[in-house]
Amino acid sequence: MARRVSTQRMALNTAVAWVIGLLIFFPILWTILTSFKTEAQAIADPPIFLGFNWTFENYIEVQERSNYFRHFVNSVVISVGSTLLGLVIAVPAAWAMAFVPGKRTKDVLMWMLSTKMLPPVGVLVPIYLMFRTLGLLDTKLGLVIVLTLINLPIIIWMLYTYFREIPGEILEAARMDGATLRGEVVHVLLPMAVPGMASTVLLNIILAWNEAFWTLNLTAAKAAPLTAFIASYSSPEGLFYAKLSAASTMAIAPILIMGWFSQKQLVRGLTFGAVK
Amino acid sequence: MTFTLRAGLLACAAGALTASAASAETITIATVNNGDMIRMQKLTDDFTAKNPGIELEWVTLEENVLRQRVTQDIATNGGQFDVMTIGTYEVPIWAGQDWLVPLTDMPEGYDADDILPAIAGGLTTDGTLYAAPFYGESSMVMYRKDLMEAAGLEMPDAPTWDFIKEAAAAMTEGDVYGICLRGKAGWGENMAFLTAMANSYGARWFDEEWNAQFDQQAWKDTLTDYLDLMNNYGPPGASSNGFNENLALFQQGKCGMWIDATVAASFVTNPADSTVADKVGFALAPDKGLGKRGNWLWAWNLAIPAGSEKTEAAKAFVAWATSKEYTELVAANEGWANVPPGTRTSLYENQEYLDAAPFAEMTLESINAADPQNPTVDPVPYVGVQFVAIPEFQGIGTAVGQQFSAALAGQISAEEALDNAQKLTTREMQRSGY
Repeated sequence: MARRVSTQRMALNTAVAWVIGLLIFFPILWTILTSFKTEAQAIADPPIFLGFNWTFENYIEVQERSNYFRHFVNSVVISVGSTLLGLVIAVPAAWAMAFVPGKRTKDVLMWMLSTKMLPPVGVLVPIYLMFRTLGLLDTKLGLVIVLTLINLPIIIWMLYTYFREIPGEILEAARMDGATLRGEVVHVLLPMAVPGMASTVLLNIILAWNEAFWTLNLTAAKAAPLTAFIASYSSPEGLFYAKLSAASTMAIAPILIMGWFSQKQLVRGLTFGAVK
Repeated sequence: MTFTLRAGLLACAAGALTASAASAETITIATVNNGDMIRMQKLTDDFTAKNPGIELEWVTLEENVLRQRVTQDIATNGGQFDVMTIGTYEVPIWAGQDWLVPLTDMPEGYDADDILPAIAGGLTTDGTLYAAPFYGESSMVMYRKDLMEAAGLEMPDAPTWDFIKEAAAAMTEGDVYGICLRGKAGWGENMAFLTAMANSYGARWFDEEWNAQFDQQAWKDTLTDYLDLMNNYGPPGASSNGFNENLALFQQGKCGMWIDATVAASFVTNPADSTVADKVGFALAPDKGLGKRGNWLWAWNLAIPAGSEKTEAAKAFVAWATSKEYTELVAANEGWANVPPGTRTSLYENQEYLDAAPFAEMTLESINAADPQNPTVDPVPYVGVQFVAIPEFQGIGTAVGQQFSAALAGQISAEEALDNAQKLTTREMQRSGY
């Protein structure tokens, strides 16, 4: 029997959801508002919320000073490239662990997750030296490789969870109908796991886009993505909050827009199998 | 036939492009994000016009990120940068490791003798200059002349700490705080101020045998007076205030006095950003009558890593950016008030600059009052005014800064903070083999 929810209760729930949503979104909103203020207005006490003279001066200065487009292209190549490479490795791995589990599958999964618990700075010098020897410093290829490795445990875990929701009997039926292993994965498994795959891709693009430790430490002028673009506007000696906000807004805008348009897929993928 | 002709033309065009790219040498410069450095980036057309064979790539980063990035690159011989912007702290350490190219044969016409002796002293090892200063700074007292007058006091050019305390008490009223000082933990944050203050109190980080000195009375007096000043006359939440937070407070008229970097003078007197631009006076950092003032010495410098393969092009750039001609270029484009201060004697003999920058003479006096080779009342085995030029200092300085910041926040007492500082410094120095 369906549970009836009173109108008042629904209104209350909606109001609470809006308040929580606005609280979470407020820092981003404040950054966007600050980007349209002068430096003096940005540090005004008490803070000015909307009653200021809007200016595009910060955006103009950021455009003049930095090559935004180059950083943007680097971010796109690095985040999309590392996600796709991660998928190529993670799909067979997740398939094997979901449908042909061994005695140690759980241990392997936990071990992979444990690599995320290591502070990245602990392996910075060895990776830096390897990159120097291989000529990968300040290259997009180097960052694609390192971000693939960093995010691989998350991709495998997410895909493993989605694959486990798919009944093994369907794959078995495909095999009985003569499907090869490749055919089974490409034509049966992947189409059924599209919502999960979509959310995995989106989440990993967001993670790679926002990654700031490796992208700052392994790049200089050529492969630096938007994280380095933001870092170039931060300063402990000088008030550049308005310009920093303009740079931040420009850096997060593409991923914010992507997230906005794909939120249905993201939510569907993240709740995949949660309600039966 | 047509195809062959097109292919030939394409090959010629590709060849020409390759040749053109090969003839230009690109140097990569790592620099810090501040007004003077950004101005330099905007003026680089002048350099490339004078040096057509050299192109510039910029990597601009926040100070702490930059420090970590260039240290990692030079220590591993990564070769990512041809020119690095480094501070006075790094120069003697890196020069001692042979990580820097000595600036002995700079291009003709480069006037190294014009560099201020106090600044050059911090960049010279065994008589050799290893980095060229781009801009230099010390610290001084910036104060509100109107509030001082209303309090019935007159700021001397060279005040004592006792006067500062008296003035802070007299100027504190309502939402105006008598004094604003750094409280945020970090070796370059609160410890820059407190180490300089301690020098004037006769305190020091180490004795001549490298024994930590936080158990001495001079450190106790320093920390107690600092906490008294800040707790009684400072702004609330000061344990998280650094340069920017205090700058914002001062510009909005919330601070009677602010003791910090001389570079702040141009910000607080700029009417576009500061509400008190026409009411600011300057004085030397205070002393305690022991012969040392509580001011620091810092410079952002351009250095060439030993791993660079383009040292000649890098030297040409360093010479251009730190030359007298560069200051004239900035003056012509942006006015004399915007030229990088604190590096050249000739700048302080230039009447046009002195007229444009009311803080110029006090800046020069403050810089000259600092002596990185002999920073303390009693002798010490280290170089550096507000830091100790040893590789271990970044870690130890920040850990001690956290103790003092906790004392300012009221989480521990001054005695506990000093006791903890003594223990952790002793432990780290023993571990490092001192």
